Amino acid sequence: MADTRKPAQDFTLRIRRYDPESGEAPYWDEHTINLEPHRSVLEGILQARGRFDGSIGIRCSCKAAICGSCGVRVNGQAGLACHTHLDAALKSSRDGVIEVEPMGNMPIIKDLVVDMDAVHWKKIRRVTPWLLAQDPLPEREHIVPREAMVDVTQSMACIQCGACVSDCLSMEVDPLFVGPAALAKAYRFVGDPRDSQQFERLKDLAEDPHGMYDCTHCFKCIEACPKGVAPMNQIMRLRRRAGGDHHIEDRNNGFNHEHAFVKNIRRNGLLHENDLLTDSFGGKASPKAAMFLAKSLPVITRALLRRKATLKVALGHPHKAPKDVKRIFDVVEGRPERYDLNLYITGYDEEQSGAEEPNVGAIAGGGEDGQAIPSAPGASPKGAS
Amino acid sequence: MKVAYWPGCVSRGFTPELHGSVAAVAPLLGIELVELDRACCTGAGVLAEHSQELADTLNGRTFALAQKEMANGAELMMNICSTCQGAQSESQERLDANAEYRAHVNETLAPEGLTYEKGISNKNFLWLLVEEIGLEKLSSLVERPLTDLKVGPFYGCYIVRPADRIQITDERPRDTYLALVIEALGGTVIEYAGSHKCCGFPIITMNTDASLKQAGMHLGDAADADADCLVTPCPLCHLNLDLQQPLAEKVVGRPLEMPVLHLPQLVGLALGLSPKELGLARHVVKPTSVIDWTTTVVAGVGAQDEETVTGSSVAGEK
Repeated sequence: MADTRKPAQDFTLRIRRYDPESGEAPYWDEHTINLEPHRSVLEGILQARGRFDGSIGIRCSCKAAICGSCGVRVNGQAGLACHTHLDAALKSSRDGVIEVEPMGNMPIIKDLVVDMDAVHWKKIRRVTPWLLAQDPLPEREHIVPREAMVDVTQSMACIQCGACVSDCLSMEVDPLFVGPAALAKAYRFVGDPRDSQQFERLKDLAEDPHGMYDCTHCFKCIEACPKGVAPMNQIMRLRRRAGGDHHIEDRNNGFNHEHAFVKNIRRNGLLHENDLLTDSFGGKASPKAAMFLAKSLPVITRALLRRKATLKVALGHPHKAPKDVKRIFDVVEGRPERYDLNLYITGYDEEQSGAEEPNVGAIAGGGEDGQAIPSAPGASPKGAS
Repeated sequence: MKVAYWPGCVSRGFTPELHGSVAAVAPLLGIELVELDRACCTGAGVLAEHSQELADTLNGRTFALAQKEMANGAELMMNICSTCQGAQSESQERLDANAEYRAHVNETLAPEGLTYEKGISNKNFLWLLVEEIGLEKLSSLVERPLTDLKVGPFYGCYIVRPADRIQITDERPRDTYLALVIEALGGTVIEYAGSHKCCGFPIITMNTDASLKQAGMHLGDAADADADCLVTPCPLCHLNLDLQQPLAEKVVGRPLEMPVLHLPQLVGLALGLSPKELGLARHVVKPTSVIDWTTTVVAGVGAQDEETVTGSSVAGEK
């Protein structure tokens, strides 16, 4: 908790300025503001605007991490300006000056204001962000299992600030990537038992070359999100449902790669890279695998010449999985339901008690029993083929 | 110190020079390696994507195997792969957080006579260097300081994010350790945009272009910042940055020629090992700048040794 008793002190902000309409290049402005250390970077920016330069562009409203308007990068890290304390920002600064920039991956309208419509909202609309109810509707209220709704609460915590979109490393090289915020939103409906189009939603996002399989698993969105949505984890849930529950074999090799990997470890214990590569493209005989190998031929030749990979390792994997590894695969894969543990929902065991007492009811409204909540594993795989 | 050693898959597959260089460097650092040869792949995030319980059970098994070694005098568990560290930390987070879940996983392990006890200490070689051996001690072991060698750190995602799981704190700024180690070895740290970004490897089969674009962009940024080479604690990053570099060059449309070293190789060079012993001749991108440095810049130190080695191995490869 921030100490609110400390007196006001000076903080220097280095603010990125840019007005595309002016024709001038972007530049940095420095302003020294005076505030208590527990106050926010947003309050600092507003003081700089009020005292020194009324032309600084910043979008904000609630100042309480609820409206999601003031997404910026502070010392290179995306987040909410109103949710970042000045003392914390000073600590993470490189040279004692707090650097404030507009978010990335979106065009700049002016200074710290980016064009959310051009990127973020367009991508959100892309995933049909509303419930597609069953037809006919139930006569009375729609009764759903509690666990299923608890499962989607994490994605419902999103306030559409765009911080995850800003820092997404896949989008940095592939601007068409649907992206973390929109995919997390997609899971909100894929995970909702009232939605009637779960299979179609998953099929759509699995087949899109810039869809759920375009995520590189870099954790950047998890770091950026001020509300704990962990968009990457929601993307992994989408993949689990697409591949595991609905067996959607997509054209992007997402399904193939996951299943090749699982098969590979079950058989070898350690990864056999060569098999994994070809199997990920649908097996040695598939044209896609042949094309990839042909393109990679110069690289493979070089690796062999340098004795980086020997033919023995490349073709005949010397390692075989111990029988207990195979047994674990059989036991876990043979369960009727997937057992997922979402720490966002269950929380952590109390450290102090030292006792082996699970604390699984840590979510608001939860906690009537001591059962760990499996995240409604494959709650309704209706479209399963 | 004795450690329960998890080498991972890739260090025994497509980057054998990594496994070899750890074996060469460990005795110089006073590390005794007890290899966990019955353990299996961490899942690299993909198994967890398929089934969390499967990944957690397999990693729980590895932890339990390591804890057996720890009962026999190993101080902790060590890995040499950022991705292993991340996948294992993720499983450990869930296993340590919830006693009921842990009991459930242990039930599956029971027929093998294994049990995972909460709270294993599992550290990447990079963390072990800084936190167990210490930078001062490391500096004191340097035989051949990396003077004038400009090294760009490349961490790999799994070892720096998410910060709370990786336990990056004020006391343990683990997202700066590579820079600290490069400095301790006498080298110059190059700052560039890509040091903490993703190499792109996880989507190489799903979106090859985007994957290679990421690798090419970071290598290019490092080249523009005047780096002689990159160093990484992640063999998967090494695959995309080194093995795939000729293809990345085509995607980004510029020559890169950026050597990428495994962390133990860089440490080994400074500790006086020869490039050949460290498997440097096995890289796809020849580490010419690094080899030149070992022969010319500090010609006075162990020069004879270097000349024979580079003469026979690296030059001989041409």
